[in-house]
Amino acid sequence: MTTRTTAPTATPWEASEADGTVTLTGVSRTFPGTRRGPAVLALDDVTLQATAGETVAVVGPSGCGKSTLLDLVCGLQAPDAGTVVAAPAALMPQHDLLLPWAGALDNAALPLRLAGASRAQARAAAHPLFVELGLADFERTRPDALSGGMRQRVAVLRTLLAGRPVLCLDEPFGALDALTRDDARVWLQQALSRAPRTVLLVTHDMEEAVVLADRVIVLSPRPGRVVADVRIDLPRPRRAVDPEVAALRARLLEAMR
Amino acid sequence: MAAVLVVLVLLGGWQAYCEAGGIDPIILPSPTDIATSLWDDRALLWSQFLVTAEEMVLGLAAAAVIGVLLAVVLHVSPLLRRALYPLLIGSQTVPIPILAPLLVVWLGYGLGPKILIVALVCFFPIVVPTLDALDGAPPAQGRVLRTLGASRWQRLRYAEAPGALPGLLTGAKLSVAVAAIAAVLAEQSGSSEGLGHLIAQAIPQLDTARAWAAVVVLSAFAILLFAALAVVERRFVPWSHRSRGSHP
Repeated sequence: MTTRTTAPTATPWEASEADGTVTLTGVSRTFPGTRRGPAVLALDDVTLQATAGETVAVVGPSGCGKSTLLDLVCGLQAPDAGTVVAAPAALMPQHDLLLPWAGALDNAALPLRLAGASRAQARAAAHPLFVELGLADFERTRPDALSGGMRQRVAVLRTLLAGRPVLCLDEPFGALDALTRDDARVWLQQALSRAPRTVLLVTHDMEEAVVLADRVIVLSPRPGRVVADVRIDLPRPRRAVDPEVAALRARLLEAMR
Repeated sequence: MAAVLVVLVLLGGWQAYCEAGGIDPIILPSPTDIATSLWDDRALLWSQFLVTAEEMVLGLAAAAVIGVLLAVVLHVSPLLRRALYPLLIGSQTVPIPILAPLLVVWLGYGLGPKILIVALVCFFPIVVPTLDALDGAPPAQGRVLRTLGASRWQRLRYAEAPGALPGLLTGAKLSVAVAAIAAVLAEQSGSSEGLGHLIAQAIPQLDTARAWAAVVVLSAFAILLFAALAVVERRFVPWSHRSRGSHP
């Protein structure tokens, strides 16, 4: 897919002026035991920082508290110990959770309506970006008639249009097939270069982390602790087939063992 | 097509049973007797039908408004749910013949008590599926919408309420089916017109065929309302039909 690059203007997907820094200091989160199971320590003394505009990938095995970490940053949960300081954050989960009754454009423009715009205003403001993400002609198509890759584009656009300085992506392309995923990573990098944000990307896929992130933070199996913090200085846009990406991915996976 | 065939077979059996002299026509008239009464009494049936139809439609409309409001209130407030839900269930156990005289004393012989009784019987089948559908919104969707800036009210308006439309329509279909019974019982407990009144008059006059003709008219109207709701459903909640088709 090619994305037309136009001169940057103040579009609705620019983040608000708030400082996009995210800082977690000594954060722990325990889920209390229930009749069905014991208490679970999901995160243990996690300290990490993402500076404004940085894309930080948090990689770890299933169940290491990655999603909990994003909930904390989004303010959906409170830590049991430590502090979370974050600018307003918008969450995008693996399953797009678009509204099944609304057309693609209305789904993407939802945050504008939530902010008080009329339906017509929201559509008009979202439409240029909708076209830019290659969704032209699908304005009125409902999510169940869109491909998985297109649904994720709509979901990403919806998340960007919330105008929040921090994006929390939880396995955003986990439900896509390999080819579509590769394509999705390219347009996500393009969209983010147009509308810079602090991005926290949670994934178990090291390849995705290396392709998308400025920094990769590796969490241990439960309870999640930071075991590695590596800067990725490769040129963009990156693709999974780039030899540097493949080499770095192999090295990081080795370091995880 | 299949429904027509089933009805024809049932009618054939019924007719044969009556003609074989299996039962006194005062207890059970044959389908041809009922058809004759339908034709001969058409003017009377039509005028009484208009009265009962008005009661049913206005009662159903009131039930829909009350049912939706209650479902939303119970969905939003756990406290009110605990306080009111048992009361709602209790309200469904009060037999109409006990309630009707009281309403007649309070509201007179007019349309008022009938609409109230239809609404009382019909709101409950609307509340339960609508409430379940509101509660059934994916929790993850609520979390995402919160991070997109949605208030509690906006989550209800943009996500939970449209998602509950199929539940509301299911409830409305259930209500339509019981609305006719409610209207007839309400009329029998104190009224001077309507198909329920007509049935109450016809039975002691041993004109059972006319009573059955009134039942046929009521059934046809309930089926018509049900079909109208199915059309509304296809028009306004097409996404639920499509997803049902693609995930059998």
